Amino acid sequence: MTQAEIVRQSLKRRYRKERRFRAYGIAAIAIALAALVILFTDIVGKGHTAFIKTTLTMEVTLDGEMMYLDDASDPRQLKNADFVEPLIQALMREIPGATESNRAQVRDLINPYASNQLRDALKDNPDLLGTTQTMTFLSHTNVDVYVKHAGDDAYSIKLNEQQRQWVDHLVESGVVQNSFNDVLFSRGDSRDPSRAGILGAIVGSLLTMIVTLLLSFPIGVAAAIYLEEFAPQNRLTDFIEVNINNLAAVPSIIFGLLGLAVFINLFGMPRSVPVVGGLVLTLMTLPTIIISSRAAIKSVPPSIREAAEGMGASKMQVVLHHVLPLAMPGMLTGSIIGMAQALGETAPLLLIGMVAFIVDVPDGFLDSATVLPVQVFLWAGSPELAFIERASAAIMVLLTFLISMNALAIFMRKRLERRW
Amino acid sequence: MNTLNTTVNKEATMPEETPIPVPEEKPAETLIEEGKTVGSPFSDDPKFKLRDVEVFYGDSPAIKKISLDIARNEVIAFIGPSGCGKSTFLRCLNRMNDSIDICRVKGELLLDDENIYDNKRDVVELRARVGMVFQKPNPFPKSIYENVAYGPRIHGLANRKSDLDDIVENSLRKAGLWNEVKDRLDATATGMSGGQQQRLCIARAIAVSPEVILMDEPCSALDPIATAKVEELIAEMSESYTIVIVTHSMQQAARVSHRTAYFHLGHLVEVNDTNTVFTAPEHELTESYITGRFG
Repeated sequence: MTQAEIVRQSLKRRYRKERRFRAYGIAAIAIALAALVILFTDIVGKGHTAFIKTTLTMEVTLDGEMMYLDDASDPRQLKNADFVEPLIQALMREIPGATESNRAQVRDLINPYASNQLRDALKDNPDLLGTTQTMTFLSHTNVDVYVKHAGDDAYSIKLNEQQRQWVDHLVESGVVQNSFNDVLFSRGDSRDPSRAGILGAIVGSLLTMIVTLLLSFPIGVAAAIYLEEFAPQNRLTDFIEVNINNLAAVPSIIFGLLGLAVFINLFGMPRSVPVVGGLVLTLMTLPTIIISSRAAIKSVPPSIREAAEGMGASKMQVVLHHVLPLAMPGMLTGSIIGMAQALGETAPLLLIGMVAFIVDVPDGFLDSATVLPVQVFLWAGSPELAFIERASAAIMVLLTFLISMNALAIFMRKRLERRW
Repeated sequence: MNTLNTTVNKEATMPEETPIPVPEEKPAETLIEEGKTVGSPFSDDPKFKLRDVEVFYGDSPAIKKISLDIARNEVIAFIGPSGCGKSTFLRCLNRMNDSIDICRVKGELLLDDENIYDNKRDVVELRARVGMVFQKPNPFPKSIYENVAYGPRIHGLANRKSDLDDIVENSLRKAGLWNEVKDRLDATATGMSGGQQQRLCIARAIAVSPEVILMDEPCSALDPIATAKVEELIAEMSESYTIVIVTHSMQQAARVSHRTAYFHLGHLVEVNDTNTVFTAPEHELTESYITGRFG
């Protein structure tokens, strides 16, 4: 066999190997993509209905006698007045064949909180008393589930035959309508799925993230600069470096335990508040930020450093004028990725009490709050399926935040990246 | 032929390796006497007075007892084979080796009779007086203006914007770059050609009006035309600055320098007028090197 033949033979083998290797790669990517597609279809398929709410639009006669109310501007009377009766009467007028004997069944179509809405309307405008108004109320959750998921075996419909017929009729006559679920984005949590929203969780996440960013970015960057530029190479700094790398791999729940032991039990900080959540997440993101910032500093070409030193710039000037601006894109990218990690973190926050059931939207860093992933955790564990669809919706919102943060990181890297 | 499972049984026959014949020579070490330099290493009015300079990387010596004077307003070229220590020696002159942890410098290094390596000596002030141009053009990734203005700015040489503008213009003029860039001073420096970048680095170095300029193979990354321009520039600058240039190109050394120092394995073998070195070298090793027998 000549050498050319041997080479030709080995070539064939080499090409086969290459093709096989490429096929492995493509298969791996395909599997990953398929998993992603399945995940997203599942979430979107389950969650998209949560963006729709079911409402009742009716002519409500605000009869003072029926409501035991003669003066709507008197707070004491408002407190004792009956706001449910006008709603029942209004709905009964819309349902042919409904009599006083099945008023309880009619009442079960109306959201338990609809009467509050009526009371608030009267409180704001006492002149409405005695008039007839066209008003829109939330339907009962059971109606919501029936309208959106009739025929879906996964959902148990809690309406009886009679009520279903009524709702079908009301849908035809336009009393029951579907519209965009603004409740989801304007309210905090609730025991009633149709009144539960994620605004509280979003605001809680935002406050927690602000604390995390304000603490972890400066501390992380300062630590990275010190370790990379100023620290002497000795056993202590080696030890610190090893420990930072180890911290990055510590399970996040450990940081939660630490937060509970130190911030809450030792320092006596309140539970469930964004400040403590932010502190705990700072501990968790710091290693990520330090490691990525150090990598960014290391990637600054030594020639730039030399040039500045050769000009007589002091160490501080070299760092501030040259190294930092060039490393900034990398540092920002690392920080944003760290923040995205923190935004999706649940476990440590469970331990510091951010898992509590909180109805109000938090109005400060020291107000009890929950965060998006914990809200998902709470709703996903609920036995009521109406909460499951809301959990999926919350996941979608969370993913939107995460994707936009990662997109921002990519954009910043592309934008700020300097070429030399 | 077995196509499925082909194995090569026989090792391919290789031509037997024949050693490349090496002319018998005395090893270089035996030709060098430590601390002894032939030629004229000393001068009456030295800018730099360097005595018994030793440099160690960890435990291994890189420079062995070199003594040399660098005269005022002269251009001295350091030549020698790779790894002979000429760059290391050059970098001692403005303490650029400080940032290398394992590097130690011994001996007496005086700039205008003041010790460079004195503990009280501020390296910032030293580098303002002894500028440096590096092998690869390394402009800051900022505008052309900012590159030149950086030195004067950190040293507080210009109080007003107009002063700074003047310094920038003068430096760029001296570097022969003004006409090429005067309309785009705000353009980023990294967009210039390699030769322009290197001249910008020279402009940046002279913007702080140093007394000495160290050049570490300034033309090794440039094409011949850019090299010619930089060499012209060196010739012009030699009137007002002391220039120390490390070069791999013997022609360049011959063209630009007044004196030439030949380094070998950390020793300074010979220092002489450039003419003498290239026409009648005193030392055997110098002759071998310039005639191209090694290096």
